[in-house]
Amino acid sequence: MARNLSMKDAINEALDLEMRRDPTVIIMGEDIAGGAGAQGEEDAWGGVLGVTKGLIGKYGANRVMDTPLSESAYIGAAVGAAACGLRPVAELMFLDFMGVCFDQIFNQAAKFKYMFGGKAQTPVVIRGMVGGGFRAAAQHSQMLTPLFTHIPGLKVVCPSNAYDAKGLLIQSIRDNDPVIFCEHKNLYASMADVPAESYTIPFGEAAIPREGKHVTIVAYGLMVHRALEAAETLSKEKIDVEVVDLRTLSPIDLDTIIESVEKTGHLVAVDEANPRCSIAADVIASVTEHAFKALKSAPKAITAPHTPVPFTPVLEDLYIPSAERIADAVRKQLK
Amino acid sequence: MSNNPFPLPKEKLLEAYTKMKTIREFEERLHVEFAKGDIPGFVHLYAGEEASGTGIMMHLEDKDRIASTHRGHGHCIAKGVEVEGMMAEIYGKVTGSCRGKGGSMHIADLSKGMMGANGILGAGAPLICGAALASKFRGDGGVGITFFGDGASNQGTVLESMNLAAVWNLPVIFVVENNGYAESTSIDYAVAVDSYIDRAAGFGIPGVTVDGTDFFAVYEAAGEIIKRAREGGGPAFLECKMVRFFGHFEGDAQTYRAKGENEENRANKDCLKIFRSKVAGAGVISEAEMNKIDDEVLARIEASVQKAKKDPLPTAKDLLTDVYVSY
Ligand SMILES: Cc1ncc(C[n+]2csc(CCOP(=O)(O)OP(=O)(O)O)c2C)c(N)n1
Ligand SMILES: [Mg+2]
Repeated sequence: MARNLSMKDAINEALDLEMRRDPTVIIMGEDIAGGAGAQGEEDAWGGVLGVTKGLIGKYGANRVMDTPLSESAYIGAAVGAAACGLRPVAELMFLDFMGVCFDQIFNQAAKFKYMFGGKAQTPVVIRGMVGGGFRAAAQHSQMLTPLFTHIPGLKVVCPSNAYDAKGLLIQSIRDNDPVIFCEHKNLYASMADVPAESYTIPFGEAAIPREGKHVTIVAYGLMVHRALEAAETLSKEKIDVEVVDLRTLSPIDLDTIIESVEKTGHLVAVDEANPRCSIAADVIASVTEHAFKALKSAPKAITAPHTPVPFTPVLEDLYIPSAERIADAVRKQLK
Repeated sequence: MSNNPFPLPKEKLLEAYTKMKTIREFEERLHVEFAKGDIPGFVHLYAGEEASGTGIMMHLEDKDRIASTHRGHGHCIAKGVEVEGMMAEIYGKVTGSCRGKGGSMHIADLSKGMMGANGILGAGAPLICGAALASKFRGDGGVGITFFGDGASNQGTVLESMNLAAVWNLPVIFVVENNGYAESTSIDYAVAVDSYIDRAAGFGIPGVTVDGTDFFAVYEAAGEIIKRAREGGGPAFLECKMVRFFGHFEGDAQTYRAKGENEENRANKDCLKIFRSKVAGAGVISEAEMNKIDDEVLARIEASVQKAKKDPLPTAKDLLTDVYVSY
């Protein structure tokens, strides 16, 4: 039975279902329960925005572990435990904090399988918040997805809605490779119909939330919503836009993108990341390389500028790609 | 005028009180303004912790550097950063100390030796080792102070920096501002050693623990270790035990606290009340003199809020500037 659920609750439900199903799933992170060692309530926070609320009551402190503020140590411990048979889901509150613990992920987790000649597996999920719009400034707002997709051995997921978040997180937990699961903080409240039961969404399968004939917009995360908004505006101008939601960035579903571009002949790639070596740049390069003949116009990337994320709302609103910028790019392409 | 039993002359005591009161009123006002919805983003308030930053910073000059935390407003004010620029920054205005680009979590004023509030826990410790290295290199007698909370004291960067500072004999003071909580998590859960002095000893660094609600305790302990560091004696570790009056950030329901904890803190662990009763009790500063300072501070904060609200916002061209020194 499907209920209308927020993305935040869908993520909580995915963790709950997998912890119930598989006793080797443990979760850890800073204040993911909260109140540890204090005299007030247990589960005082349930994560900084309440995403993991209620889980310690169901699974206990052995499986829902609050951590000291030592990302290098506990993220590394999650990686090590994964290599030794557990399925840890470690929360890195804001994925911006990746800088503190990245070695354990990109030199360790990502490389075990290959370096050890195929003899290791590291089924760890690192999940945390990404993206702007919270006025959280330069160190709590970034879209660092290109850093992760650059690394062979990591899988990278970034859902755009509650339904996908649940299915992709369950898949991430069951997957035997390390997964970076990117949760856009400005989508936590977004609602969708979500079945109560368990389901998975396979990696490397993009979704097409809107079909169209004239232009392909490729996006992920929050940008899917901006792309849909732009498509709505453009439909009034008789421009029929197809929106491709990547859902997973590693692996990436090039087939669906290329099929769409072969139909429309025009490509706009939207990315909240900075432009250099972005997902948008990667999509455009791949399409140009593999489907050059299908293109009727130069592909266009709409991204954040090559700057850190500014604090002040007037500038942050300019930083994050808007529906208007996307619509303008489409109009220019069709001219 | 009775004898002054304190280690600072009266005008310095007045300066310290003004700083602490300015921090308090700055934070109390932000608490109110944030609730109105006028202030964007995350705001972490330093109210209750004023004696620590002020007691330490009374020993510092502009050439001395500090690295602050996410809870940085108090460190800024104690180090001499202008409240008007800070307030405008927190409101996201172009007149702010970082032209609206940084916000509460990234206020900095390098001209004052304030190397920035920081959104990354523990990030200041290596940076201040670098500041201290630069001072040592130049032989200018400058010291570096890095602040971190009880929670951030568990970051690898902090622990590595303690070793580095000891190995290189750097003029660094590691200050843990121990308010008992990291967000909602108690220090009893997250820090295994009973005493930070023991932890510091493990790195070959002398440590001292003080009551961080007592300005004079902080002032005296800090004075000794800062003097020692200036003279080439190397790093030291200072623990200030203190309380935070508000939630972790604005909007925190604080259900992790014991019942009555905040009221008890306000009643008995208020560093401003403690300071007042000491200096007034000794007859060095009168209540009336401090009340007058209170009025001046309140007026200054009020003016800074009014100005910040009226000040202009950055414009589109500001988005793309300041990424590099040269392009
Ligand atoms: C590297 C990193 N990890 C986690 C956080 C999120 N965070 C911000 S403040 C905080 C708690 C800090 O506690 P403490 O160091 O005791 O300082 P206090 O807030 O008590 O002043 C946490 C977990 C962060 N900003 N940076
Ligand atoms: Mg603390």
